[in-house]
Amino acid sequence: MKFLRIKAIAKKELIQIWRDPFSLAMVFVMPVMLLFIFGYAITLDVNNLTTIVYDLDRSSSSRELVAKFSESGYFTIIEHIDDDKDIDKYLDSGKARIAIAIPADFSKNITTGKNPQLQVIIDGSDSNTATIAMGYISAISELYSQRLKGIKITPVIDPRVRVWYNPELKSRNFIIPGLIAVIMAIIAALLTSLTFAREWERGTMEQLISTPVKGPELITGKLIPYFLIGFIDMAVAVLIGTIIFDVPLRGNIFLLMAVSSVFLFGGLSLGILISIVAKSQLVASQMSMVITFLPSFLLSGFMYPIANMPAILQIITHVIPARYFVAILKGIFLKGSILKLLAMDVLLLLIFGLIVFTVANRKFKKRVI
Amino acid sequence: MKANNIAVKVEGVSRKFGDFVAVDNISLSVNKGEIFGFLGPNGAGKSTTIRMLCGLLTPTSGSGFVGGYDIIKEYEEIKKDIGYMSQKFSLYDDLTVEENIDFFSGVYRVPKEKKKKRMEWVLEMAGLNERRNAITKILPGGFKQRLALGCAILHEPPIIFLDEPTSGVDPISRRNFWKLIYDMSREGTTVFVTTHYMEEAEYCDRLALIYRGKIIAEGTPNDLKQNYMSRDVLEIDVDRVVEAMEVLYRNGIETAIFGSLLHATVENAEQEIPGIKRILEGLNITVNKIEKIIPSLEDVFVTLIEVA
Ligand SMILES: Nc1ncnc2c1ncn2[C@@H]1O[C@H](COP(=O)(O)OP(=O)(O)O)[C@@H](O)[C@H]1O
Ligand SMILES: [Mg+2]
Repeated sequence: MKFLRIKAIAKKELIQIWRDPFSLAMVFVMPVMLLFIFGYAITLDVNNLTTIVYDLDRSSSSRELVAKFSESGYFTIIEHIDDDKDIDKYLDSGKARIAIAIPADFSKNITTGKNPQLQVIIDGSDSNTATIAMGYISAISELYSQRLKGIKITPVIDPRVRVWYNPELKSRNFIIPGLIAVIMAIIAALLTSLTFAREWERGTMEQLISTPVKGPELITGKLIPYFLIGFIDMAVAVLIGTIIFDVPLRGNIFLLMAVSSVFLFGGLSLGILISIVAKSQLVASQMSMVITFLPSFLLSGFMYPIANMPAILQIITHVIPARYFVAILKGIFLKGSILKLLAMDVLLLLIFGLIVFTVANRKFKKRVI
Repeated sequence: MKANNIAVKVEGVSRKFGDFVAVDNISLSVNKGEIFGFLGPNGAGKSTTIRMLCGLLTPTSGSGFVGGYDIIKEYEEIKKDIGYMSQKFSLYDDLTVEENIDFFSGVYRVPKEKKKKRMEWVLEMAGLNERRNAITKILPGGFKQRLALGCAILHEPPIIFLDEPTSGVDPISRRNFWKLIYDMSREGTTVFVTTHYMEEAEYCDRLALIYRGKIIAEGTPNDLKQNYMSRDVLEIDVDRVVEAMEVLYRNGIETAIFGSLLHATVENAEQEIPGIKRILEGLNITVNKIEKIIPSLEDVFVTLIEVA
């Protein structure tokens, strides 16, 4: 590997990106756009959850609690039911996604200072929404309890849900870190997926492979500018996440960026590999979307918890780098995880990157066909 | 055996694409410092051959060396010693003239102390001094071609391969380009150049004619004219060219159109001129001129292809 060649290639690539409005837009506008679209779309999706109420207590306390739920805007009470069999009917048919059952001794427990129970049944088919809904329920119950404290008794409502690591109970806190990981997985591969294909299509590759340049020099030279860009994208995404979506960053920002570099190395190398194999820009961009988009969204644990997936899908998730990155970003953002806790995930990302980089080097041939 | 004054030598080289034989068992050798012309119509196998010589394509069979390196085993080594200009313009359209030169200097690892000098040399040679900051895309064809040549020889390779370097360029630029090739050859560079312009072949020291993947003739331009043309060529100037062609064809005389003139190949000019005149004038076609000429390479080529 010769420094002079790598430098020449990196510089050329950077000039080309800089001069092409389309690639500039793809590089800098697309990640931001995706973050806003999905950041809001997925967040808003959790509003107006259809809810039924089964109130056995029928006291002013229970009515007050129900009112808190509907005032929050997250829950739309569509029905008060009198028969517990109706709960299944509503949930099974999908007419309601949540049922709140208030036991007959609810207000009595409050007055006697015992912990009153609140039973909540959630349609778990969309576990992401379910998790977020549980968060809201827990928050509203908490608020209600605090209000009771202001009077004189201090019972705690136990809705049998605990939402860890997200005490503010904002769904975005959950979504954004995972969303950043998923978007970066898609963007990284897309960024580099055109570089080799473009040169084959334009005929410039034929000139390039007639020179003494080595495959690894070419691949490294092409990786460098996209690495810088990926790094900037990542920083912008983190800024938008913390400032605009107001997600707390509990962990260390330097750790976050260092780990992101490891991830970028793998993601960008994957794009290079796709570009080398595809040889045409259209095929390459489609391949990179197919390989990264749905798997990153669906199988990374971002939308659906991996533990709830069928066994075969659980196995597949292991080869999806976004899986590790989602876990890492959630960890650093929400738990303030330190490297020691993330070491395994980071190591696996590194291994993924090294494998893909090696395969890309082996697949690249300095031959016209 | 590889002789010291030979730059390129291949033997029995073939290349198939599936069942199709694009290059069929060709052998050729190029001396150091000469301009070797590789002539043939479109699809004859010129680019395929040149790619095999530059280490870009593996021959299906055959052997050879370029600049002392084996074309089968050492094809990566070859790349240090050659400059290659592909048929399709293959510099970066979206880079400026200087940026392109700068990029290829880096790729060829032109030493720092030489880099500036080489850059100026290319700009001068290509006549691009004033347009050094122009985006390559907007340059006229002739400039692009000279810039591409410059970028391919930044590292001063002893052998250069040019694949139809002048196709699609205006005649003045073509002449300028050939002057550059001629200058380089005088300084000792070996030039392997393909073309389908017959008149360009006259500039070459030696030629090989390739047709449907096979080499059908080889030698200096004069050799070709003498050895391969046992028959005479007549140039005929008539007022109704197409009719004249038809009537001669019916009388068993093949002709080809050269500009507004007809060329006919015959066994013996003196004997046949009166007969041809009679046939044409019998149809009231005015014959302004009919005479024996020295055959051009194109005549040679047309004749050879008829035989092949
Ligand atoms: N990669 C390829 N795959 C299949 N056929 C090819 C390929 N490259 C060239 N050919 C065929 O080989 C023949 C010779 O092509 P080429 O060497 O480009 O001719 P020339 O340069 O003399 O015009 C043509 O018929 C062309 O279609
Ligand atoms: Mg060709």
